Amino acid sequence: MNQQITVNHVCFEYQREGEEPVLVLQDLNLSIQKGEFVAVLGHNGSGKSTLAKHFNALLLPTVGTVLVNGIDTTDENRLFDIRQQVGMVFQNPDNQIVATIVEEDVAFALENLGVPSAEIRRRVDDALRAVGMYEFRNHAPHQLSGGQKQRVAIAGILAMRPECIVLDEPTAMLDPKGRREVLKTITELNREHQTTIALITHYMEEAVQADRVVVVDHGKIVLEGTPKQVFSQVERLKELGLDVPQVTELCYLLRREGYDLPDDIITEEECVRALEALFAAQKGTTLGDSENGTFDVSI
Amino acid sequence: MAILKTEHLTYRYSPGTPFEKAAVSDVNLEIEEGAFVGVIGHTGSGKSTLIQHFNGLLRPSSGHVYLDGQDIWADKKKIRSVRFQVGLVFQYPEYQLFEETVFKDIAFGPTNMGMTPDEVKRAVEEAMEFVGLSASLAQKSPFDLSGGQKRRVAIAGVMAMRPRVLILDEPTAGLDPKGRDRILKQIRAFHDQTKTTVLLVSHSMEDIADYAEKALVMNHAKLFAYDTVESVFSRSKELEELGLSVPQITRVFHKLRADGMPVRENVYTIPYAIKDLMRQLPKKGGVPHDS
Repeated sequence: MNQQITVNHVCFEYQREGEEPVLVLQDLNLSIQKGEFVAVLGHNGSGKSTLAKHFNALLLPTVGTVLVNGIDTTDENRLFDIRQQVGMVFQNPDNQIVATIVEEDVAFALENLGVPSAEIRRRVDDALRAVGMYEFRNHAPHQLSGGQKQRVAIAGILAMRPECIVLDEPTAMLDPKGRREVLKTITELNREHQTTIALITHYMEEAVQADRVVVVDHGKIVLEGTPKQVFSQVERLKELGLDVPQVTELCYLLRREGYDLPDDIITEEECVRALEALFAAQKGTTLGDSENGTFDVSI
Repeated sequence: MAILKTEHLTYRYSPGTPFEKAAVSDVNLEIEEGAFVGVIGHTGSGKSTLIQHFNGLLRPSSGHVYLDGQDIWADKKKIRSVRFQVGLVFQYPEYQLFEETVFKDIAFGPTNMGMTPDEVKRAVEEAMEFVGLSASLAQKSPFDLSGGQKRRVAIAGVMAMRPRVLILDEPTAGLDPKGRDRILKQIRAFHDQTKTTVLLVSHSMEDIADYAEKALVMNHAKLFAYDTVESVFSRSKELEELGLSVPQITRVFHKLRADGMPVRENVYTIPYAIKDLMRQLPKKGGVPHDS
C-alpha cells in the first residue's frame, strides 16, 4: 500500500452561533503517496490550513473520509496510531516548545508514550542529528534563533518516527537564513529518509523544491502538477492571488515581449542558462547573420 | 534635513550583570525627512531594539536620539509628544485590537492626542481609506474581520495619528502574496501622499527592493550599512554572509555577469531587469516557444 494520506470527497464546515455555516472545504479529493513531497499553496482563507489539519485528525471531515495509511481518521481508537504516523509542525516555534532544554523538549512526546529511556536517548540523538541541532542539545530554547527553534520542533516530531510530516507555514516567522535552514532540513528528510512531506507555504521558492504542487482556492483544488506545470501558469496563479518565483516572472514577461524562452523556468540556474543561450544565439546571428544563428546543441 | 538622527546610540541589556549584552552598539545614523527606508537584519541583529529607540520606547544606555534636531530625552516629560510624532506598528499588530468597533479602535490614538471629535472622525476616515477598509466596516467589531483586515485596522490606528514618521515592524508577516502586495502598496501610497517618513522592517529582500528607496542593515548590534537600495544590494556576498540575502533577480544578474554577459550589475527589480535585457538583446522577430 503506497498511499500515505487519502482525502475522499471531503467537505468541512463550521458554524458560529447565530450565523450561517461556512463551508471551508468543498468536495475535495487528494492523495499523497509515501515518500512524496507535496507543497500546498493558496491565499489566506483558501482552506489550505484546514485541509492540513485533516491530515492527522486535528479536524474531522463534515462529509467524506480521510484515510491515513488506510486508517479512517474518525476511528477514535486509532487516534494514537494516526498522530504517531503523521506529525505536525506549526508556524510559530515559540508555541511549540515546552521544555527548558533542547533535548528534553525533543524527548517530551516519547516520555509521554512510555518509551524505554535507552530508546528515548537513541531517538532524540538521531532526531537532533537529522536536523543539524545535535550540538545544541543542552542549550535552552530561548538561546536559539527562530530557524534553530523551528528545527528543534521538527526534531520533536521526528523522534516519534512518523512516516509523514505536515508543516503549516513553518518559515513564515523566520529570517532568510532561518528559512534556508528549515527548507534544507525538510528536503533532506524527504530525500535521505524518504519521509513524506506536506508543506503549506506562501513562499514560491520553497514550493519549487516539491515533487508536486497543489493549489487550493475556495476549499477546492484548482491547480495541481509538478512545480514546472503549475508555475508555468503565471496568469492563472496571479488570478488566484498567488505569485511565481521572480525568475519565472522575468521569463514570462520576456516571452510576452517576443523573446524565445522556455515557459517552464522555475530555478535560478535554469534562468541563467536560458538567458545565456539567448545571448549566444544573438551573437551567432549578428556575426554571420546566417539562418543557423541559434546554438547547435547536437554534437 | 534629517528628521531622525542617532549619535553613538548604544543599548545594553541587563547592565551590571553577567548577562550584560549590547543589543545596539554605537549606531550613528541620519534619516532624511520623507525617506522610505527598508530595515533589514537577521533575527537578533538589533533592528527591533533600534527602532524602539526612535519613539522613546527604549532609552539609550548611552548616546542620543534626535527628532528634528531635538534630543528626545532632553526633557523626559516631552516623550509623550515624541510618541505621537513617531508611530510604531508592531509585528502581528492585529493582536492589539481591543475596542468594540473598528472606528473606536482607530480613533483611540487620535483621541488620546487631544484631537476634537470632528478631527478624530476625519482622521479615522482618512486612515481607513489609506488602508482600503470600506466605510461600512466602521461600526463592525474588529474581531469579526479577516486576519488581513484586522492588520489593516491596526495600521490605520497609527496612520490616523498623522505621525511624521511611521515605523512598521514586518507588516506583511504571515500574509499571502496578494495581501502582502496590497498592504505594501497602501503604505507606499500613504508615504507618497502625506510625505511621511516610513521605516519598514522586512525579511523579504524582494519587498525592500520593490518599495523602499534606502536600506538600513543591522548586524550584530551594529549599523552595517545605510545607503540606497541599489548600493546595498550590490554587496550581495557580504549580505549572504550576514545571513541575509538579495532578491533572486539580483543573484541571476550577478551570475550572468560572472559568466561574462554584458548586463548591468545592480539589478534588483523585475522591471529594471527587463529593461536591461531588452537593451542588450534587440528582438530579432523570434517566435515564442509554444506549449
